[in-house]
Amino acid sequence: MMDRRKSIKSIVLGSVAGGLALNGCKPEVEGTAQDEALVTTENHFGRTPKEKEQIAKLEAEEFFNAHELETVAVLCDLILPANEDFGSATDAGVPDFMEFMAKDIPELQVTLRGGLMWLDHTCNTEFGMEFKITPAEQQKQLLDRIAYPDITVPEHERPLEIQFFSLVRNLTLSGYYTSKMGIEDLGYKGNTPNVWDGVPEEVLQQHGVSYDEAWLAKCIDQSKRGTIAEWDDAGNLLT
Amino acid sequence: MYDVIIVGSGAGGGMATKILADAGLKVAVVEAGPHFDPADPTQQTQLKWPYESPRRGASTQRHFGEFDSAYGGWDIEGEPYTNTAGSDFKWFRSRMLGGRTNHWGRISLRFGPKDFKRKDQDGLGDNWPIGYEDVKPYYDKVDKLIGVFGTNEGLPNDPDGFFLPPPKPRLHELFYIKGARKTGVPVIPSRMSMLTKKINSDRGVCFYCGQCSRACSVYADFSSGTCLIFPAQKNGGQIDLFVNCMVREVTTNDEGKATGVSYISKDDRKEYKIKGKVVVLAASACSSARILLNSKSAQHPNGLGNSSDIVGKYLHDSTGASRAAFIPDMMNRKIYNEDGVGGMHVYSPWWLDNKKLDFARGYHIEVWGGMGMPSYGFGFNVNDFNKFFGLKVGGYGNDLRKDVKKYYGSVLGFGGRGESIPQKDNYCEIDPTKVDEFGIPVLRFNYQWTDNEYKQVKHMHDTFEELVHNMGGEALGTKPTKEQNYGIAPPGWIIHEVGTTRMGNNARTSVTNQYQQLHDVDNVFIVDAGPFVSQADKNPTWTILALSWRTSDYIIEQLKQQNI
Repeated sequence: MMDRRKSIKSIVLGSVAGGLALNGCKPEVEGTAQDEALVTTENHFGRTPKEKEQIAKLEAEEFFNAHELETVAVLCDLILPANEDFGSATDAGVPDFMEFMAKDIPELQVTLRGGLMWLDHTCNTEFGMEFKITPAEQQKQLLDRIAYPDITVPEHERPLEIQFFSLVRNLTLSGYYTSKMGIEDLGYKGNTPNVWDGVPEEVLQQHGVSYDEAWLAKCIDQSKRGTIAEWDDAGNLLT
Repeated sequence: MYDVIIVGSGAGGGMATKILADAGLKVAVVEAGPHFDPADPTQQTQLKWPYESPRRGASTQRHFGEFDSAYGGWDIEGEPYTNTAGSDFKWFRSRMLGGRTNHWGRISLRFGPKDFKRKDQDGLGDNWPIGYEDVKPYYDKVDKLIGVFGTNEGLPNDPDGFFLPPPKPRLHELFYIKGARKTGVPVIPSRMSMLTKKINSDRGVCFYCGQCSRACSVYADFSSGTCLIFPAQKNGGQIDLFVNCMVREVTTNDEGKATGVSYISKDDRKEYKIKGKVVVLAASACSSARILLNSKSAQHPNGLGNSSDIVGKYLHDSTGASRAAFIPDMMNRKIYNEDGVGGMHVYSPWWLDNKKLDFARGYHIEVWGGMGMPSYGFGFNVNDFNKFFGLKVGGYGNDLRKDVKKYYGSVLGFGGRGESIPQKDNYCEIDPTKVDEFGIPVLRFNYQWTDNEYKQVKHMHDTFEELVHNMGGEALGTKPTKEQNYGIAPPGWIIHEVGTTRMGNNARTSVTNQYQQLHDVDNVFIVDAGPFVSQADKNPTWTILALSWRTSDYIIEQLKQQNI
């Protein structure tokens, strides 16, 4: 290896020391772009400059008007009210999330807006008032008609108000369970450095499965994870 | 004047950079995207929570979700490509240092002895001009340099290697093992390039966040930047990185030899040239073919290295089909952290004899599942599985919280990834009617699957249903019919495109020789998957790395002997 290295160096030295080529172009010095970005304090979650612009643009737009947003809040909390331990969908910020998603995925807009109008129109017709101020009992009567889809009918063939409710339920749950509160409610334990060392014994028992001893014998001994790997010539790990 | 100009910084380009710079050569790496380092807090997506983003990880901006690390996708603004009538090739590009290695699945499989000589077995396609024995020493070196977990199983066409020990299976993987064994489908620990154990003092060890697709901030998984290019720089290599520089063509002199490359700087939209003694293309199979086809000159009127008219031909991707299932025995789970490594801890290599089947070549099965971190889409169709118990689907109110927990982690999915037969008629070529925003003529694709691939994915789906049945599960959705082409993924969808500059001993039927050197121009090499004669039922990256190392050694030797 040393010999080859030496001879390569001599080849390089023997060549015309061309330096940087044409048109005065210099390679970008590694790091300059980032050094600039590092001084900012906002939460990046790894956005490129273009992606950040796109988010700022969407956030500056308004989709739901005040009345629609209030209706959304009432509806979300009927779908996911607070319980003893955790807050409601609006406590977890679901209406803001829905506002953003409606702008991010414009295909959702007509179903959302049209469905909200369906709620108001039906309440106006049947109860003489808008959905958001209709008493909870009547609101639920209305929801009972649209909250249980006939699953033998393909989704896109179901009446709009049923598609609408399924969409809002999806967004409400997704918005909730991706919020800090929702993740705590779910009990998700990951997204943190740890050492995976197999399924707990009581879980294996609960689900009626077990580890094969021969398989386990091949797996990492986590007490040696910090020891640098070395092998013999046949590929047997020595460390 | 550079000794070597390397175009592209993914697996092939990164390996060439490491080997050539370590050998003392002066190297330019020209990358179309920005610099990327997953340890840079402004670029890091690892360990971010969904609520840090207003769209909670939705895939509106990045195809695999917004925390995925790929800058690019199947559609890039300003960089179109076209298809001939009836063709639907999807071309995924990552424009960033490290390319697609930043987000890939890290499934690191060696090709086996049979994979290099398929024509000998079924008469289809062509043999490679090299065999497993030529590549084995390099696979061994790649294993040790980069690190891959797995187990030596003594399988004839899934060779052993130098493995780190694998992680233990998770709950859904134990169900998979049990179900697969009932049917005689073998399951072994997967082979993936994450460090379950230390291999050197520069890289961290896996801390099991399951987020390799976000690229690892402690460099515990393989990405070309973190594991090849940065170490080569740290080692004192003479490396100039040209980022945001889109290569247009390879420049040549009156003798037809390459003199360097011309590129467009994305920062100022001007064209520049750099000079080098050797040009190594590693831009991806299709991008390298595009560069060659666009490098027309009096000496190379049909494009560089294309006297055979083979550049762009024999484009092929892996076949792919997927299915998911609900497994009632995995309901009502106790919740604990089972993120594990990013991707599967177990898989099934190809196990059948094609003589008894109605299609050629095989596929492997990947498996996924578990109690993952919620992201956009979590909670959709929350209690659809009620239908399997005769219960009402839908509703509202606090019962939905119970439904979420009841079904959390009860779904398991399969991906089949198989080998297709390379076809001369499946190709990319220059579309003379279009350019990208840098003025570079774009690619037009022409690609059709054949009966062989359709039958193969049909077999995948039959297998999936059998495995679901064995696990006492309910397959979700319906099995795709013949009219739906058995659910085969569109070509390009599996992101294993290879074959556009295939290697061979005959200069009239291949583009490069076995050292990935153009037959027509001895100072131009290709170290991406373009020179693959056939794509096995394996993932291509480990072979790209091994062959790039082999080619780099050859370049060093040829320079030493002053042959190029």
